[in-house]
Amino acid sequence: MDSPEESAELRRKAGYTFTLLSDPKGEVIRSYDLLHPRAGPGGSDIARPAEFYLDATGNVRWVNLTPSIVVRATPEEMLAAIDASRQGG
Amino acid sequence: MSLWFGLAVVLAAPVLYLTVFIRFPVTRDVPWPALLLFAVGLGLLVHAWLAARRDSRVWRGRVAAPIALAFGVALTGLFCFGIFYQARQVPVSRGAPRVGQIAPDFTLPDQDGRPVSLAQLLGASNGAMLVFYRGYW
Repeated sequence: MDSPEESAELRRKAGYTFTLLSDPKGEVIRSYDLLHPRAGPGGSDIARPAEFYLDATGNVRWVNLTPSIVVRATPEEMLAAIDASRQGG
Repeated sequence: MSLWFGLAVVLAAPVLYLTVFIRFPVTRDVPWPALLLFAVGLGLLVHAWLAARRDSRVWRGRVAAPIALAFGVALTGLFCFGIFYQARQVPVSRGAPRVGQIAPDFTLPDQDGRPVSLAQLLGASNGAMLVFYRGYW
């Protein structure tokens, strides 16, 4: 739910090259049922961690909804999901 | 001796978890090195406590050892509470898109404030990995 400015700072500091989208009002986060109410700084609403791989048609091919905020999908798991999706056609 | 060493090991466990172990999935997802350090540290503190009980001349140890042991137990409990309970208070998200469903389209501003739609992302790279994260703070 960061602002575009915060995302730009994170992108610059971390050296990310992928697109960082902002959802300050949490509209998309809510529509994906990923809101974690009052879990952010100062009791603000944030997104729970979640990863989705979508194919070119927007079809969900892989989902990771972690049960713990300290356990996240690894880059290797994400790459494997992309490979499996593309090989599966 | 084992009192101070035990205290140092018990203190090192959460510090190393938050600074080093958390960076690697193998030591983060199941925090076994941190738990091992807690076990070693608590073992040393118990040893110091038993030694202090045996030797009544070491009056400082008789006072410090139980305090250090109580601190070690409390710190271990706090760590386990954080990792095994607090970190797991994540919403279930039953309504999240599932495999085989079409992900809802959306348009959101990117890091430069330009509106970007999901359809654009999908078209640009023949698919997309959507990563929802807790934010940058």
